[in-house]
Amino acid sequence: MLISNLEILPEKTITEHLGLVQGSSVRAKHAGRDLMASLKNLFGGELRGYTELLQESREEAMQRMIQQAEAINANAILNVRFSTSSIAQGAAEIYVYGTAVVLEE
Amino acid sequence: MIPYELMLVMTLLVLAYFIGSHREKRHYESIIERELELNVLPAVSTKTIPKGHYEQQLVMGNVTISVDYFKRFLATLHGFFGGRITSYETLIDRARREALLRMKAAAKEQNADLVLNVKYETSSIYKGSGRSVGSVEVLAYGTALINDDKV
Repeated sequence: MLISNLEILPEKTITEHLGLVQGSSVRAKHAGRDLMASLKNLFGGELRGYTELLQESREEAMQRMIQQAEAINANAILNVRFSTSSIAQGAAEIYVYGTAVVLEE
Repeated sequence: MIPYELMLVMTLLVLAYFIGSHREKRHYESIIERELELNVLPAVSTKTIPKGHYEQQLVMGNVTISVDYFKRFLATLHGFFGGRITSYETLIDRARREALLRMKAAAKEQNADLVLNVKYETSSIYKGSGRSVGSVEVLAYGTALINDDKV
């Protein structure tokens, strides 16, 4: 599965356009991470717990998008974009979407 | 006689000022050092693929950075009188540069030659008390081009 945020691929032709595929994931951190975050909020610096949380969340969202693309027999997802929104304090929604296509092998 | 609560806030402000600015200084030093190191790998926002055979791979880097208590206090004052809020400017600047560096490091691991169509995504994740921004998350992503000869 080729995943790219470009729209054009040199030397390859898109034979079929299958429309939008998407994946999302909402996660909240556990209490321990939250405690560390409030401490870091006092003295500044990187909130490693959050960085990891969002990274995992993004991977999960991407996995869901890939599953969707596989289900409709696509072999590439082009023009992939990410979007993040904070839903409640400490919870974030990660959304990833792109265009599923069939590329000529 | 100064009330107990005021003493506590003052102590925290002073502590946050020293620890926070020390951390920021160290972070900037590390950013500049790594930026020089990764200068060989360009990350651009154009979409045109140069001539040659390339494999494509989505790469990303993210970071969540929090501002310290002292700077948040300053920002609240600024919010009242208006004007530039330098403490938040440096926070977002650090986060963007760090995210880009992490993306570049991920691209380098894949032996990429350059990264195309770089996009940033900024969001405030953890809200502090009231209206103040606690911390920001920045995601940088793009398409890494890996020369076929290297694969």
